[in-house]
Amino acid sequence: MKQDSANVISVSGLTKYYDGLAAVEGIDLEVKEGEVFGFLGPNGAGKTTTIRMLTGLSQPSAGTAQVLGHDIRTGITFAKREFGVVPEVSNLYDELTALGNLVFTAQLYGVPSGERVKRAEELLKTFNLLQKKDARFSTLSRGMKRALTIAAALIHKPRLLFLDEPTVGLDVVNARSLRSLIQELNHQGVTIFLTTHYLEEADLLCDHIAILVQGSIVALDTPDDLKRLVKPEPACDVRFVPLHEETMSEFGRQKGIHRIEKLGDNVRLYGESMSFLTEAIFKYASQKELEIAFINSVKPTLEDAFVQLTGMNLETMLVEKGGR
Amino acid sequence: MWKHNLRSIYYIALKDMKTYYLKPPAVSWGIVFPIAWILAFYLRSPQDFEELVPGLIAMTILFSTTAVEAVVINLELRLGSLERLLLAPISLSAVLLGKILGGVVFGFMMTVVVTLSSVLVFGLQVNTLYLVLILIPSLFVFSSFGALLCVLVKEVFEAQTLLNLPRFLMIFLCGVVYPVSAMPPGPKHLAYVLPLTYTVEGVQQSLGLVQSGNIIRNILVLLAFIPVFIFPGVKLLASKFT
Repeated sequence: MKQDSANVISVSGLTKYYDGLAAVEGIDLEVKEGEVFGFLGPNGAGKTTTIRMLTGLSQPSAGTAQVLGHDIRTGITFAKREFGVVPEVSNLYDELTALGNLVFTAQLYGVPSGERVKRAEELLKTFNLLQKKDARFSTLSRGMKRALTIAAALIHKPRLLFLDEPTVGLDVVNARSLRSLIQELNHQGVTIFLTTHYLEEADLLCDHIAILVQGSIVALDTPDDLKRLVKPEPACDVRFVPLHEETMSEFGRQKGIHRIEKLGDNVRLYGESMSFLTEAIFKYASQKELEIAFINSVKPTLEDAFVQLTGMNLETMLVEKGGR
Repeated sequence: MWKHNLRSIYYIALKDMKTYYLKPPAVSWGIVFPIAWILAFYLRSPQDFEELVPGLIAMTILFSTTAVEAVVINLELRLGSLERLLLAPISLSAVLLGKILGGVVFGFMMTVVVTLSSVLVFGLQVNTLYLVLILIPSLFVFSSFGALLCVLVKEVFEAQTLLNLPRFLMIFLCGVVYPVSAMPPGPKHLAYVLPLTYTVEGVQQSLGLVQSGNIIRNILVLLAFIPVFIFPGVKLLASKFT
């Protein structure tokens, strides 16, 4: 449904140099109306630099980009009326109340005076913050601050929302709640441009994902098509009952089985083909009189695609960002 | 568009008043410091204090406006909230003018308190029109001057340190404590390059403490200083984000 929609972002050869070093180099991408577009990459890949250029906070060194039909060099002020930005850091005003912050943002975005408080209270209700409307921003929890920062970006009913690492620093419950909210906003028709380094977040939310490494896009596709790019080693998860580790190591030494990993109650077997693995598992269970409680082929994940496409160590990326 | 920019200048200034006027750097440099100087001069020589009133009013304008600029600009630069303003559909000039207006209003409040107290205590004769015509451009000049220097650095303490050099230079060269007319030629020429000299002279004329000088010239020179500080300030702020 989204393939036929108009582009809300079109980028061609966008480049940004800082002191002669390329932070972003020659990126091309298109974001369709109504989709969630993910920008996935490690710290320093150029995700935030790209958002800063697309939102007018930074001038590109080269290349062109149109946001909501406006050139970012000449018409960004007009585009700003129709997009909202949630920066990585929740940077509302500590001294203002939750309501005060939203009303001030509404003033800056030209929301008619009669509607400001009404819209602000509606958003506070949507984000479960109505009971905190008179609380100063500094007194809110991290999750509430994040939610209020997103609410502020929505006060002028934007068509496009830039979200820079929206769930960084949030606990699991708040992160999950925020992801649901992003999906809900998208269902309401808001196009989302999301940067993240959480693969599961990108997989869950995004219609298209661009993988950015050292300022360049190394892959851009739907999450499913990115996974299809991966040629994984055939693998199968199985749970034998009972499970004897010594017999498993004996099983793992069979010809055609490359290696074996224990994953909780299951074992993951890597072999030369799926048919070989399946046959070997049933044969082994029969010989040893074991029950097969669970068996499942292992499908490639976005993580596999990311690792294969970037050659990066996933753990390194998460540690850099203090990930979960 | 320009109407929205004008409204935004007002909203930014209003927000800064609510948010930053009672921050410690604004209070210490913008309120406590001028009051401490005034008291020091008064206690040292109460009988001659009347002559010092114009200089102390000018000094109050200088310190109160620039102290607030350091808070409203540098605190937001450090916390990243200045970027929130730059993401809104308003011009960068409107953002800086909003910040400058915040300094003007704070300076105005301080100046009114000091001026009214001085006039009431010493029974000074005031030409209110002249005084207003000198004070308003002066508030804009020094608020713009503060904004220009503050966008050069990131932290509030860096801004206050950077501001202190021209502040104290002006206090000693511009007739606040020592008359410019009595200075040797070198410092005297330098004094007339600095805007505070015109504020001090203008306030002296408004309070009828001197008969010489041309108040219109002082007003025009002060008006001319405003764009001299605002335009480079806008350029510098833009360069920070490009």
